[in-house]
Amino acid sequence: MSPRSDPGALSRPDDHIDSPQPSGDASVTQPRLGFVGWIRFAWRQLTSMRTALLLLLLLAIAAVPGSLVPQRSSDPNGVTQYFSDNPDLAPVLDGFQMFDVYTSAWFSAVYLLLFVSLIGCIIPRTKHHFDALRARPPRTPVRLARLGGYTERPLAEGETADAAIERAAADLKRAGYRVERYELRGEPSVSAERGYLRETGNLVFHTALLGVLVTVGIGGGFGFAGQRVVVEGQSFVNTLAAYDSFNPGRFFNDANLDPYKLTLTDLDAVYETENQEALGQPVDFTAEVDIKGRDGEEVVDGQVKVNHPLRVHGTDVYLLGNGYAPTITVRDAEGEVVFTDAIPFLPQDANLTSIGVVKVPDGMPEQLGMIGFLYPTQTTLDSGAYASTYPDLVYPVLTLNVYSGDLGIDGGTPTSVYTLDPSTMEQLTGGKTGVDSIELMPGETQDLPNGLGTVTFEDVTPDGQPDAAAGDYSQSVDRFASFDIHRDPSQGWVLVFAILILAGLLVSLFIPRRRMWVKAARRPDGAVVLEYAGLARGEDPGLDDAVASFADRHGGPAPTDAPETAADPAKPTT
Amino acid sequence: MTLDDISITLVYSAMAVYAIAFIAYAIDLARRSAAATAAADAAAAVPATVGASAVPVAASTRGASASTTSAGVMPPVAAFARGNDGAAVAYGRSPSLRVGVAMTVIAWALHLAADITRGLAAGRVPWANMYEFALTGTLVITTVYLLVLVVSKHDLRFLGTFITGLVLVLLGIATVNFYVSVVPLPPALQSAWLIIHVFVATSATGFLALGFALSVVQLMQARRESMVASAKAVKRSFLATLPDSATLENLAYRVIIIGFILWTFTLMAGAIWAEAAWGRYWGWDTKEVWTFIIWVVYAGYIHARATRGWRGSRSAWLAIIGFSTVLFNFTVVNLFFKGLHAYSGL
Repeated sequence: MSPRSDPGALSRPDDHIDSPQPSGDASVTQPRLGFVGWIRFAWRQLTSMRTALLLLLLLAIAAVPGSLVPQRSSDPNGVTQYFSDNPDLAPVLDGFQMFDVYTSAWFSAVYLLLFVSLIGCIIPRTKHHFDALRARPPRTPVRLARLGGYTERPLAEGETADAAIERAAADLKRAGYRVERYELRGEPSVSAERGYLRETGNLVFHTALLGVLVTVGIGGGFGFAGQRVVVEGQSFVNTLAAYDSFNPGRFFNDANLDPYKLTLTDLDAVYETENQEALGQPVDFTAEVDIKGRDGEEVVDGQVKVNHPLRVHGTDVYLLGNGYAPTITVRDAEGEVVFTDAIPFLPQDANLTSIGVVKVPDGMPEQLGMIGFLYPTQTTLDSGAYASTYPDLVYPVLTLNVYSGDLGIDGGTPTSVYTLDPSTMEQLTGGKTGVDSIELMPGETQDLPNGLGTVTFEDVTPDGQPDAAAGDYSQSVDRFASFDIHRDPSQGWVLVFAILILAGLLVSLFIPRRRMWVKAARRPDGAVVLEYAGLARGEDPGLDDAVASFADRHGGPAPTDAPETAADPAKPTT
Repeated sequence: MTLDDISITLVYSAMAVYAIAFIAYAIDLARRSAAATAAADAAAAVPATVGASAVPVAASTRGASASTTSAGVMPPVAAFARGNDGAAVAYGRSPSLRVGVAMTVIAWALHLAADITRGLAAGRVPWANMYEFALTGTLVITTVYLLVLVVSKHDLRFLGTFITGLVLVLLGIATVNFYVSVVPLPPALQSAWLIIHVFVATSATGFLALGFALSVVQLMQARRESMVASAKAVKRSFLATLPDSATLENLAYRVIIIGFILWTFTLMAGAIWAEAAWGRYWGWDTKEVWTFIIWVVYAGYIHARATRGWRGSRSAWLAIIGFSTVLFNFTVVNLFFKGLHAYSGL
C-alpha cells in the first residue's frame, strides 16, 4: 500500500502484530478444529489487538463501581455505614463483591486476561524485534517516487553516482541509520533504517507493566502494616503484641519484626492564629520521637511529620492522626487510687471536640465506666450545649457521664477501648438521671455520685512551666500520635518498573522509526538524478522534513522552483 | 486592595476579554459557513474559478509553514484546490479571526497575571484548592492552545471558539462556586509533590482538552466527508474550510499522546506522594481510581489507532469519553465522592 494514497497512513504503526486480514474463503476451506485447534484459535483471539483493546476498556468500566461504593480496603467504616443505611441492597452488592472490587473475582479476571493477552503479544514481538535488529535494511524499492517525502537533486559536477551513494551511506550512518547498499539495473542506491529503539521502548513499557503487577502481587505479601496510638511520654516496642491493629502480608513472618523501641517525646501541633479566614486551621504537626535499637544501641532522635515519614530499622513510620489524651485519676471512697491513665480521646471535628471512654474494672464496688467529652476551647452554644471553638488548649473542659455495672470485658470477648456499651450498666450522671454531668478543667477534682469516690482531670504541665493554676492551659493535657508503621519491601521495585514504564513510553511514542532511501537513478535521456524518499513505520509526522533536510545536506539546496511540485506526480489527484 | 483582590479583578477582566474573543471566533465560524456557501454558488456558476481563486492557506503569513508546506499529511494546497461539490473550500484569515486570536492573547496575559498574583497572595503555588486548580488549569488550556498555534503547521485557530468557550465556562463556575480566600496549606499538602504532581496534572488536562476539541471536529468532518462520498446533499458549513478528518485525527493523536505521557507522570508522582503522605503508594482511593480509569481509557485510545476497525471515528469517540472522564474526575469526584483527596477545601 502506498502511504500517499491515504493521508492517515503515516500514523498507522505498520509493524504491530494484528489479526491477519480476514480472507474470504476461510469459512469454506477451514477444516474442523480439533482440541488443539480450538486452543490455538482461543489463544489467537485472546492475543489479538482487538481483544486487548476490549479488555482495556472493560478494565476501565470494571474499576468504576469501586469509586461509587465504599471499599473494605480503603474505607471499612464506610462499608459498615453502607450496610446500616441500605440493609436490603448491601448484602446483594456484597454477593457481587462490590465492597472488594479490586480483589474481586471479576475484576481480577479482567486484568489477568489482559496480562495474559499482553504476554501473548510481548513474546512474539520480542522475537520479531530481535530478528529485525539483526536483519539488513530491505532492498531499495524500484519506484521511489511513490514514497514519502520524495524529492530529487541533480548529481554534483564531477561526482560519480557510486561516490554520491557512498557519501549518502556514510552520512546516513552518522545520523544513526543502519545502512545497506544495493545495486539494481545499474542504479546504485542505499537503503537505511533507524529508530529500532521505538519498538524496544514499546516492549520495555509493556514488560515493565507486567513487572509492576508481579511485584505488587508477590512482593506485597512480604510486608506488613500496623497501627499504634502512642501518648506523649509513652513508648512502643515493635512487636506483634504492641500493635493496636496489624495486617501482615501473605508471606510475612512475625519473627522478622525488629523489636526497636519508639518513644514519643513530644507532639507539636501548630494552628493558624492570624489569618481570620482560617483561624484554627492546622499548620503543622510534628511528632518528636526517640528510637532505641534492640541491642541497646544509642538512642537516636527522630521526627515524624505528615508527608515526612521516619524510615527506621527497615520500617516506615507515618503520622496519620493525633489528638488529646487527658490523664484521668479515679479514687475510691477511702481516697485510694484505683485508676490513673492517659486516655486517648478521638477527635470528632476540626476544633477537636473529642470523645473518650474511661473503664475502671477493679477497685470499686461495681465496675465503673465513663463517657467523656473534651472541649479544648470550650464555649456554650445558645442551645446550652457545649462546643469547642478552637483546636488548641485555651480553655479545656472535660465532661464525664458515669455508668456503673458490668463493663462486659470479663467474658473474654474483645471490645474496643474507644466505645462503651451502657446496655448492662446504670447511668449515674447526665442525660435523664437528673444529676449533672461531671465537669472538670485540668487540675480539678470532683466527687463521683453515690459517694463512690472522686475523679481528677490531671494537669500534666511539666514542672517549672506556667500551669493550669496559673491560668495557662497550653500544656495541661497530653497529646497522642496515631502512627502507621509499614514495611513493604516491594515498593522500590515498583518504582524501578514505574520509571521503566515512563522511559519506555517516551521512547516508543517519540522516536520515529523510519526508512530512507537514496538512489542514483538514470533517466531515459541518460542523465543521472539523485532520488530521495522515506517510509514511516508508525507515527512519524517529521518524515517529509527529514527527507527534505537530508536531501538538502547531501545533494545541495533544492532548485528554486518549489520542491512541492517535484512530489506532485505521487500525489493523489482526486 | 490586597493581592488576592487584584487577582480576582484580573480574573474578571480576563473573563470579559475571553468573552469578546469567543464572540469573534463565533463570528468567524459563521463567516466560514458563508464562504463555503459562496464557494459552492461560484462553483455552480463557473466551476473553473474556484480552483483558480483558491488561496493556499498554509503558505499565507507564517514563514515557518511556508517553507515546509509538504507537511506529513496532505498539504492544504491540494486539499483546498478541489473544486467539485462538497469539497474543501479555501478560506484565509478573516478580520474576526484575527480579533479573536488577539483577544485570546490579551485574555491569556490577564489570566496569567491573575494566577501569579493569586500565588503571590498565598505565598505558594496557585493550585492548592479547587478554585486555584481551575484558575491554573484553564490558564494551561489557553497556553497549550496558543502554543499549538505557534508550533503547528496547520492553522488551528478555528478551535478558538471551543477553547475560549470552555475556559470561560470553567472560570465562571470556579469564581462563582469554588472561590475560597487565601488560607494556609494544611500539613497534608505541604510537599514538593504539590508543585509537581498537580501542575503536571493540569498540563495534561490542557493537552487532553485540545485533543478532545480536535476529536469532536474530526467526527463532524468525518460525517460530512461520508455524506460527500455518498453524493448526498451536503449542507454548506464551516467544516468545508477546515482540515480533513484524517488530518484532524493525526493532530488529535499527537496532542493526546503528550497529554497521556503527562498523565502517566501524574499518576506516578501521585503514587510517590501518596506513599509519603498516607503510607501506601496505591490504595484505590476514589481519586486514584478515576486517575487510573482516565489512564486506561487513553491507553485504549492509543491502542485503538493501531487496531483494525477502530481507527478514525471509533478512536475519536474514545478521546471524547477520555476527556469526559477527566472532567468527571475534576468535578463530580471532587465534589460528591468521599475520598482522601477531599481536603482541598473546595
